[in-house]
Amino acid sequence: MEKPLNNRAWLMVAPVFVLVLFSALLPMMTVVNYSLQDSMGQNQFFWNGDGWFRDLLNPSTEIGARFQDALSKNLSFSLVALLIEVPLGIAVALTLPRGGRAVGPLLVIIALPMLIPWNVIGTMWQIFSRADIGLFGAALTGLGLHYNVTQNAISAWCTIVVIDVWHWTPLVILLTYAGLRAIPDAFYQAARIDAASRWATFFNIELPKLQKVLVIVVLLRFMQTFMIYTEPFVVTGGGPGSATTFLSIDLVKIALGQVDLGPAAAMSLVYNLITLTICWIFFTIMTQLDRRRYA
Amino acid sequence: MADVLPSAELAVARSRSQSPAARRAHGLLPKLGLAVYLLALMLPIYWLVSMSLRSNEDIMSTLAFWPHHPSLQKYYYILNDSTWVHAFGVSLTYVALNTVISVTAALPAAYAFNRFHFIGDKYLFFWLLSNLMAPAAVYAMPFFNFYYAIGLFDTVWAVALAHCLFNVPVAVWILEGFVAGVPREIDEMAAIDGYSFPRFFIRIFLPLIANGVGVTAFFCFMFSWVEQLLATTLTATDALPFAAVMSRSYSVSGMDWSLLAAAGVLTMIPGAIVIWFVRNHIAKGFALGRV
Repeated sequence: MEKPLNNRAWLMVAPVFVLVLFSALLPMMTVVNYSLQDSMGQNQFFWNGDGWFRDLLNPSTEIGARFQDALSKNLSFSLVALLIEVPLGIAVALTLPRGGRAVGPLLVIIALPMLIPWNVIGTMWQIFSRADIGLFGAALTGLGLHYNVTQNAISAWCTIVVIDVWHWTPLVILLTYAGLRAIPDAFYQAARIDAASRWATFFNIELPKLQKVLVIVVLLRFMQTFMIYTEPFVVTGGGPGSATTFLSIDLVKIALGQVDLGPAAAMSLVYNLITLTICWIFFTIMTQLDRRRYA
Repeated sequence: MADVLPSAELAVARSRSQSPAARRAHGLLPKLGLAVYLLALMLPIYWLVSMSLRSNEDIMSTLAFWPHHPSLQKYYYILNDSTWVHAFGVSLTYVALNTVISVTAALPAAYAFNRFHFIGDKYLFFWLLSNLMAPAAVYAMPFFNFYYAIGLFDTVWAVALAHCLFNVPVAVWILEGFVAGVPREIDEMAAIDGYSFPRFFIRIFLPLIANGVGVTAFFCFMFSWVEQLLATTLTATDALPFAAVMSRSYSVSGMDWSLLAAAGVLTMIPGAIVIWFVRNHIAKGFALGRV
């Protein structure tokens, strides 16, 4: 059914509009302001034009190299995390019972990691991954692996991936499970009549029906991994060296640590623009799927 | 669709009866997999709880799977220390404020987005969502300047308003999914019965999406409770959130693992309580009301 055109609906959207304007756009303007100026301390600013942006996007400058390095780290991290979490989440969601009394408590247990403040998650894993007092670290060391989060770059990187998988696979599970439950029983009965194998049922019924939910999953997970901050900040502090210095961590280091407001602001804007572009692509896919469904 | 043809049931039975052993293995394996996953999920949490019940000397001396001399000493310490208790109250206050603001503002907006076309609706919706995707780190510095300039720095209001950045879009998105589940005929019937819009919205519409409001409130609570980067950037002493006191106690007392673990366990409790109330709706809520 076509929605009626009613511009008075703006009145109902106005509170949200003002609120988000207040909390997003106004502060963002200060970033734009900083990104075009240079400061010599003492609140003295002078016009710098697009200088910061040109430095940032030129890998031969110091800040440019740093930015490129952090960006590629972010992208590879997002890719690895998604490749593990999405299949794992779908697999676990398939093993959950479709109904019954166990479902409620099971879902609560699965959702629990998402309700823990992010720096507590960092602390928890900081303890858990230590070789002397943590089970995870002790077990890996016991297996003869050279595992040390604070000194070994590979250990640090893998630990951040493990934490992210532990923390966020539940989101994939819950979303997929909701999608699975929305599939009418008739589809499964038809599959049984055709004596379809479990795999055939999955690929021909469940996966196509999950399409829309999976787009949301990938979008949310990509964005969250792309802006990861707290866990590496607490567990590795971005180290060893710059092994786990993701974009957010680098940005906060430059902005609040070195107080290089100009470069930090330029970096913020480019960073934001990248997420916005990717978000737009996913959003378009989502609305296309919606339209195809109702067409 | 429960009563399909008996012949179909027969076919099912036949296809299933072929190898009982294979079927049993088929049923057992997923359960085993699920159990292993749940175990892996719970292990770090169990470890934290176990640490919180042990003394630091005990923690550093042996790697024990369970606390041999469990004590609640660290919990007593935290609950009797005014800094910790105050910080816990602060955290709950800004989370509650933010939840109320977000849900209240999002309700009419979600209705408008679902029921009407208006100029710029698609762009506005995307703009809202894009804030959900904005890295908090990008906002840390401008928020600091902004809230400092308007005199809200180091108050619960600063954090409550800052968290609106992502919670208002979340609330609009989830609620819109739930609003879509209410047939439009109800709106029209209420209009025919002479209900004014505000009266219709509060007396008829809200009760219909009560589940959605509950789920949305839960999500706002959750996202505000777990977010720490903005919460710590926007506060200094008076409105320092609980988890920030935690990271502060790091440097002061060297490494008091046991205390840190106890504080960590305490931060899990509010979330665990709140989620219990919406356990039957979380799946749909996590799908943002979209299935």
